[in-house]
Amino acid sequence: MEFDVAFALSTLPAFITAVGVTLQVGLIAIATSLCVALINAAIAAFQIRPLQPVVRAYVELARNTPLLIQLFFIYFALPALGVKVSGFASAIIAMTFMGGAYLTEILRAGIEAVPRSQIESGLSIGLSRWQLLRHVVLPQAGILSLPALFANFVFLLKETTVVSAVAVPEILYTTKSYIALYYKTYEMLAVMTGLCVLLFVPLSLLLRVVERRLQHGQFGS
Amino acid sequence: MASSGLELLWISAPQLAQGIGRTLGISALAIVFSAVGGLIYGVLRNLGIRWIDWLLLVYLELFRAIPVLVWLYLFFFGLPIFLGWSIPGFWCAVLVLSLWGASETGEVVRGALRSIPRGQREAGLSIGLGQAQLYGRVLLPQALRRMTPPMINVFTRLIKTSSLAVLIGVVDVIKIGQQIIERTYESVLIYGFLFVFFFLACYPLSAVSRVLERRWNHS
Amino acid sequence: MSALIELSGFSKRFGAVPVLQDIDLSVREGEVVVILGPSGCGKSTLLRCLNGLELGHAGQYRFGGLELSANADWRQVRQQIGMVFQSYHLFPHMTVLDNILLGPVSVQKRARNEARQQAETLLARVGLLDKRDAFPRELSGGQQQRIAIVRSLCMNPQVMLFDEVTAALDPEMVKEVLEVILDLARSGMTLLIVTHEMAFARAVADRILFMDGGRIAEQSDPETFFSNPQTARAQQFLEKFSYVENMPKRKAS
Repeated sequence: MEFDVAFALSTLPAFITAVGVTLQVGLIAIATSLCVALINAAIAAFQIRPLQPVVRAYVELARNTPLLIQLFFIYFALPALGVKVSGFASAIIAMTFMGGAYLTEILRAGIEAVPRSQIESGLSIGLSRWQLLRHVVLPQAGILSLPALFANFVFLLKETTVVSAVAVPEILYTTKSYIALYYKTYEMLAVMTGLCVLLFVPLSLLLRVVERRLQHGQFGS
Repeated sequence: MASSGLELLWISAPQLAQGIGRTLGISALAIVFSAVGGLIYGVLRNLGIRWIDWLLLVYLELFRAIPVLVWLYLFFFGLPIFLGWSIPGFWCAVLVLSLWGASETGEVVRGALRSIPRGQREAGLSIGLGQAQLYGRVLLPQALRRMTPPMINVFTRLIKTSSLAVLIGVVDVIKIGQQIIERTYESVLIYGFLFVFFFLACYPLSAVSRVLERRWNHS
Repeated sequence: MSALIELSGFSKRFGAVPVLQDIDLSVREGEVVVILGPSGCGKSTLLRCLNGLELGHAGQYRFGGLELSANADWRQVRQQIGMVFQSYHLFPHMTVLDNILLGPVSVQKRARNEARQQAETLLARVGLLDKRDAFPRELSGGQQQRIAIVRSLCMNPQVMLFDEVTAALDPEMVKEVLEVILDLARSGMTLLIVTHEMAFARAVADRILFMDGGRIAEQSDPETFFSNPQTARAQQFLEKFSYVENMPKRKAS
């Protein structure tokens, strides 16, 4: 089987751009998801009664439906309701919808993982609720959540491939287009796979290192 | 408006049912294969044989590094080229989801086995149990509780990810929905229906997983 | 009389660290050997080498005249050499009776009825017959440990190994377990016991093995060892225990 190296190389510029788009979508989605999650965490931490069930419902809806459906709904259904969104925008909105729910759960788990003894110690030295949150609970919850947060960031980056379904020119979409245009399936699949490995394997390894480091710091051994 | 919407769903029910069958079919098969494959993976990696462990680790990392949709493309477009096999989209999806699901389930099984105190293995060995008996009578029964909630989570993810099959041309419930939209333009209704469908397919599983986790963690 | 267990020049290391060095040991049938020594001296490792949970690197290990190398049929050996652990490790998902019967029925392929009779006799002997259908989590540490002993006994081993079996127990439960071991010793079973209970060691042992730094530093009968230790290390070791026993009162009465 022939591998047309020259052709593969000629497509690299387009793919580099595609990687750029992947990173763009991914990083923006991470940032917006984190904002959503922080808001939800605040609602939970401060026990804002009327909003808590809303957050719960949102988390359940977003975590129990596929990203693809969320994406299609925003891109294809919203226009019928009068809201026109571009592929890129729908991608961001859909990924924020899903990502926000996942990150909310992680932050919630992080807060719950702070040992009860910590709260009791804080109360015993007379801290107020707000001081307890700010100085004792949230910092520790943050550190406890970091490994899971990073894992989800990597997950969100990988999910950007799904947004190729609404013509966002990231890696997968670019691959599909080139295959359709030039029929060089073998070469394009190889480039796509190679890029994915180059992009995501180091991230996976980095994640492992982060996890190990944080566990050490946590238990002080 | 609402009544005509429900009417449309009612009329399209047979086609939608077919699509649902496809979608759930992919998920169900993938779940079964993942469960079996995952058990094998988990036990194999627990045995501590270097080259097996290494091989399985490479398999795991490959499926973790490369997104599932990319794997779908690789199998669907690549297999015909590399091996001359032309696998229909449905089975491609089942294959990819099973391989991915098995690696994820496998890690759950492995984690559960590792969380069992080492003394259990030694106590079992000390009364002369062989490996098969050790796993079958002592280790796996104890691992079962620890691994069920996370395993259910993997299955939920499998159901959600099966939605990607439409992107390699499988005529599943999403595709059928899109065909209906082409005729009737009822995008909100149909995508709303699909949203609810997947939610109803996944939510009960998530809820059960949570209940089990709570109940068994207090034992 | 030929020895049941024989170690010659037996050595083991963990990576580069020597854990057992040049162990020569000979145990006759019916003998009760108690192994004493400071932490890390290798006494647990020695025990674990005897039933194949750990493997030696050099030297010879003969059991019942047969040489046991690294690829010996340890399953067979373990049916003849039973072991009881510090944390008892009963199978939590099985009842007491099922715990005891797993070995005899599944490994030795004995008839369930016959094995059950033996199990119940043994349970009665340790005073726990009424707990046969209970689950381990419903029992105290002392009860669980006695059942762990019965579980090993039901395999009809020739030798029983005890690895610090009272170390994890609350003090009030230590006695009930030691009594079971004493009973076994009196009935003529070959026992190798690692323990920190000095008074018990003195009462039950035919021979004391004192280990230090992976070697056997001193071997003698209990009376000699406790009243007149030969080596400096043994003397230091025993002193630590007598220091606690003879600690002066904090306040003058």
